[in-house]
Amino acid sequence: MATMTMAQALNTALRDAMTEDPTVLVFGEDVGPLGGVFRITDGLTRDFGEERCFDTPLAEAGIVGTAVGMAMYGYKPVVEMQFDAFAYPAFEQITSHVAKLHNRTRGALSLPMVIRVPYGGGIGGVEHHCDSSEAYYAHTPGLRVVTPGTPEDGYRMLRDAIADPDPVVFLEPKRRYWSKGEVDTAAPGPALDSAVVRRQGSSATLIAYGPMVALAMEAAAAAEDEGWDLEVIDLRSLAPFDEQTVADSVRKTGRAVVVHEASTFGGYGAEVVARITEQCFHHLEAPVLRVGGLDIPYPPPKLEEHHLPSVDRILDAVDRLQWEATSG
Amino acid sequence: MTTRPAPLGLDLLPGDPVQLLSPAGEAVGELPAPEVLLDLHRRLVVGRRFDRQAQALVKQGRLAVYPSSSGQEACQVAPVAALQPTDWVFPTYRESVALVSRGIDPVEVLTLLRGDWHCGYNPREWRTAPQCTPLGTQAPHAVGLAHAARLKGDDVVALCFLGDGSTSEGDVHEALNFAAVYQAPVVFLVQNNGWAISVPLSKQTKAPSIAHKGIGYGVPGVRVDGNDAAAVWSVTQTAIGWARAGNGPTLIEAHTYRMDAHTNADDATRYRTEEELTGWRDKDPVERLERYLRTAGLLTDEISSGVAEEAEALATDLRTRMNEDPKVDPLELFEHVYTRPTASLRAQREALSAELAAHEEDAR
Ligand SMILES: Cc1ncc(C[n+]2csc(CCOP(=O)(O)OP(=O)(O)O)c2C)c(N)n1
Repeated sequence: MATMTMAQALNTALRDAMTEDPTVLVFGEDVGPLGGVFRITDGLTRDFGEERCFDTPLAEAGIVGTAVGMAMYGYKPVVEMQFDAFAYPAFEQITSHVAKLHNRTRGALSLPMVIRVPYGGGIGGVEHHCDSSEAYYAHTPGLRVVTPGTPEDGYRMLRDAIADPDPVVFLEPKRRYWSKGEVDTAAPGPALDSAVVRRQGSSATLIAYGPMVALAMEAAAAAEDEGWDLEVIDLRSLAPFDEQTVADSVRKTGRAVVVHEASTFGGYGAEVVARITEQCFHHLEAPVLRVGGLDIPYPPPKLEEHHLPSVDRILDAVDRLQWEATSG
Repeated sequence: MTTRPAPLGLDLLPGDPVQLLSPAGEAVGELPAPEVLLDLHRRLVVGRRFDRQAQALVKQGRLAVYPSSSGQEACQVAPVAALQPTDWVFPTYRESVALVSRGIDPVEVLTLLRGDWHCGYNPREWRTAPQCTPLGTQAPHAVGLAHAARLKGDDVVALCFLGDGSTSEGDVHEALNFAAVYQAPVVFLVQNNGWAISVPLSKQTKAPSIAHKGIGYGVPGVRVDGNDAAAVWSVTQTAIGWARAGNGPTLIEAHTYRMDAHTNADDATRYRTEEELTGWRDKDPVERLERYLRTAGLLTDEISSGVAEEAEALATDLRTRMNEDPKVDPLELFEHVYTRPTASLRAQREALSAELAAHEEDAR
């Protein structure tokens, strides 16, 4: 057990994976001697050599495309997209090849590769540096899409993603890179595709993932003062979606709010709400609500607070769950 | 600009197209050994017969679509003949003949075009990637695989097929650049058939030639008469050897022409002239090699009829097997989306299964 930041946990996961498995390779833009713009790959080139961790030319389709070829030949590439919005040039490779090769070859080939994407806002980044792009990936059959909300999950989920025979889009909440937590690198942890209940509660369920897990926990603590006993679910895996854990919770509480940074329209929350409605309709005491980003291009640093979900907005939504009171 | 010393036509600055046999079938350069030429001839004849058969199968409704490579057979079979079984091939949708020449069962080659959901053959067994439709996107895969093989110390060259139009795609640019930077053992073979569906090459590029594009990446470029099987074989053989020896990638531009429409669904008369076709008919790759082999006394009637028989047998077998309706299992659609099924896919599979059972019940 050690206290570390999520950035350190991710770095440790890469190190441990590379130590255990010589077929694990790390490559991308500035991931070599610099250690990545967020230092997630710090020291890997020094410690594992340039053949195992290397800088590529600046071309995201090329990075993902060559990773496909390397995975076809038995390597486990872990590639870094420098920022969320800079992964878009690789979109065709990801959706047409990474997601489909296993299926197109009737299972003869699999692609054990991980595409790491630092995503989301809250760090005062300028345009093209703060996108929440999860819905694009989660909408694509064949991809596993996961996102850790804590340092411990950063470690465990990255190890599991690298070990997974399927391709994984690994979304790293960049605003949580410097959050500290206890990490037990020896603990097996929950399965990669399962959600976890972060906080037990009885009066409503907050459903969050990635950067919003900590915010949901904060909101749940604040709601205590108002007499709410909120349960918090950390989805961890967006695709596949752990319907069971979510449905069990909402059937118990009868109320739910989904929280994400991404623009609300057509966002991942819409899928969660639809599933809850289908699975838990008779248990619902109120409409399931969403607290998401505004439907605008990601705003500049000075205005991002107006875009992003906040504790207040979550608490407002929780208040609106008192459906009977407000509609009566 | 410094150019590295390189063998046969391999230089950063591409020269004129390499030609070893004139269209009339006269030797105009140093030819490969007779057994190589006879092997190429056999592959050409079998490949062309396969292509004709596939076109007939479309007309009979047995194939959903077929992109013919008639006229381009030399570019299809000669590079494949120059490879080792341990090397890898990255084909496009146009490469059915190349894959048959590689030895893959023709029915497997046509599986996707027949309307099934997978590529038909096992890529690992044949060291041949699935035929790629999104233009140019297979190019970085070839580079990645070649680089991986080199890291493992394996003797593997990746041959990447491309069309002239696809060289405008960003992925092709990225792949050439990565290959050069990594010095990956890749041979990029562009079949310049002059057209990307209806768009002529003049609307794709202002480069002096496609091979010249290599200069910008530091990749040797070479041009070859793509209807001269002997030349295509020699040039690819040289490039493959160059890559195998650790010298890195090459960009080959083969000048050729597709004699038929883009696919059966296309009407080439809307954009090409009859004169253009006539000009290329005189450069036919099969007749060219055959003429040379006949004149040189290498192709006897016995060999020739043996080859014809082989081609006919392949076509007959293909016809027979393609006349059976393929068995496609709708429930298998869920099988390989992930290596292990998700709860949601299991539920959808059950729903479809119930739907199928209900249909069967109704049909009774
Ligand atoms: C990314 C992408 N854009 C468009 C298409 C549609 N398309 C299929 S073939 C083709 C022409 C390609 O021409 P070329 O690369 O010269 O190859 P050829 O078909 O002549 O063999 C086009 C536009 C595609 N398959 N992929």
